[in-house]
Amino acid sequence: MDFWFFLIQLLNGVQYGLLLFLVASGLTLIFGIMGIINLAHGAFYMLGAYLAWWLAGVTGSLVAAVLLSLPIAALVGYVIEAVLVRTLYKRDHLDQVLLTYGLILIFNEAQRIFWGNDVHGVAVPQALAWSFKLTETLSYPAYRVVLSVVCGALALVMYFVIAKTRFGMWVRAGASNREMVAALGINVKLLFGLVFAIGAALAGLAGAISTPITSVAPGMGDTVLIICFVVVVIGGVGSVKGAFLGALLIGLADTFGKVFVPDFASFTVYGVMAAVLLWKPRGLFA
Amino acid sequence: MDIAKTVTRRTILQAGAVAAVGVSGFVPTRFAIGNTAKVKVGFLLPYTGTYAGLGEAITNAFKLAVEERGGKMGGREIQYVAVDSEANPAKGPENTNKLVTGENVDFLVGPVHSGVALGMVKVVRESGTITVIANAGAGAATGPLCAPNIFRTSFTNWQASYPMGKVAVERGLKNVVTMSWKYAAGEEALAGFEANFTKHGGKVVKQIMVPFPSDEFQANLTEIASLKPDGVFVFFAGAGALKFVKDYAAAGLKSIQLMGSGFLTDGVLKGQGEAAEGVLTTLHYADALDTPENKAFRAAYSKSFGKEADVYAVQGYDAAQLLVQGMAAVKGDTGAKPALIDAMEKAVIKSPRGTFTLSKAHNPVQDFYLRQVKGGQEIVVGVAEKALADPATGCKMG
Repeated sequence: MDFWFFLIQLLNGVQYGLLLFLVASGLTLIFGIMGIINLAHGAFYMLGAYLAWWLAGVTGSLVAAVLLSLPIAALVGYVIEAVLVRTLYKRDHLDQVLLTYGLILIFNEAQRIFWGNDVHGVAVPQALAWSFKLTETLSYPAYRVVLSVVCGALALVMYFVIAKTRFGMWVRAGASNREMVAALGINVKLLFGLVFAIGAALAGLAGAISTPITSVAPGMGDTVLIICFVVVVIGGVGSVKGAFLGALLIGLADTFGKVFVPDFASFTVYGVMAAVLLWKPRGLFA
Repeated sequence: MDIAKTVTRRTILQAGAVAAVGVSGFVPTRFAIGNTAKVKVGFLLPYTGTYAGLGEAITNAFKLAVEERGGKMGGREIQYVAVDSEANPAKGPENTNKLVTGENVDFLVGPVHSGVALGMVKVVRESGTITVIANAGAGAATGPLCAPNIFRTSFTNWQASYPMGKVAVERGLKNVVTMSWKYAAGEEALAGFEANFTKHGGKVVKQIMVPFPSDEFQANLTEIASLKPDGVFVFFAGAGALKFVKDYAAAGLKSIQLMGSGFLTDGVLKGQGEAAEGVLTTLHYADALDTPENKAFRAAYSKSFGKEADVYAVQGYDAAQLLVQGMAAVKGDTGAKPALIDAMEKAVIKSPRGTFTLSKAHNPVQDFYLRQVKGGQEIVVGVAEKALADPATGCKMG
């Protein structure tokens, strides 16, 4: 186990962690801040991926496809909030779970009807289809590096908006006391609708921009969902900073788990989660 | 939170009523009266979820083969009953029972998933229903769990990987890393490769097993790069196969020959694009096989269903051929089971993949082709193993 090997694995872990943060960031907003248990988060991820694949085929450009799928995912999110989720804020978490689980089934079936059951792939855009040569046999794809930069930038923007802007203040206030915020003359309905739409758009964006390094396939949202919840729970419900660190932690645990203890690779992520929750039962930053 | 409180007696009754309506759709409209009644063929295949496309291909091609042979088996009309297996092993025995005891089918055709196959095999070993496995490669079904009434027209996981072992050594790849998901099919496939590979003097440098169905491979690709092997042999299928081949190329590992069983590229080649260029695979079929049987089959299939046929369609097509031959021998008398089984054992199937016969364990003894991706097409390089039979370890039959 030489030094370079370790360093490259570290890079792998950080890169995977950043990607996880991008997928989980929307869930941090919806679950962490609004307090809605949104099992359909993975479905928005799938929606973004399928839209990007489909639109990339239609328009011939992945960039255009990603930019187009973003507002569509946001619109779908807004409509679902306005029509379905809104009626459940006062109800039990279990009712939210039932509703959003039902949405998973509907999304999966819609995917089958519109796009069929085949497995698809999207090519990396020409401009980024090169790689950094690390060793004689190993190179690092430029697209993955760009993806990491995008994820990092997005994390900064999210932190800034929620912690430092008036909009962020409304969101945080609305989450802790809806009635009081409404009494102060802020349109809470619109506010929550927007936050839900942004959460859906973030999941859609994650799905869309990761198409070149993943496969577009039925059920792709379901696998992502679990790991997203792990990230948000480790980070502490409602903390963007926590979700960011949680994602990095999970990325590193998964990568080094696969390298050093391959027989327990499927367990390392959950082992880390258990350890964190024993130490801090409410997550890292709660 | 009290879940029980929200589930009232009424909801249970409602659910029961819905289930009853669903089941009544399968109630037969005619009763079996001697040999004039229809032959009942039950499909236990996935029609939803990841494997839905495979279930559809097998069903389509089965019906196509029957239509081409006059739409009858042994002179009797056919009634089809389909149950969605959901590729869910937990429901395997229950769904098999639906067809075997609920519907009293004469023949059972299925499944895609090996886990479902094991559940199904356990049920039909008891009931004696003549069963043709049209995909699932679990070795046990024609190994320790083999039975006179269980047949297979597909392959075993061992069989599809074994031929590459010799090919690798012949191509000068002496040190190879193997990799797959950590589950039965993956383990059987890697064992098949390794058996032939070490027999010819190759050395497996490292075997990497990743959790199923994880598709984050970056850490393992870095490991492969640091091991610098001559070649890499993998077993992946579907979405994981698509992603692995792309990641492998993107990680700059293309100078190391990538090999696999045919499922690494079948059905996902278009999505893999340039990344799949040069990948070597072995399988009992190739779309491009230049035989009259294959050309006629592919033309008929695409004409009937507006889609290109694949290896799964071939397996479904041959399942029908096997049953048609057996039924012809007993003139449609499903009661003459020993004679029927005997005829099926001796069947010679003129398949689009090439002619094959069945082993004593009822698994195809068939040729395995070496294929390579060139210019985005799967090219048939040659025959890697002729008339290869699964060792059927643990089968006490024959």
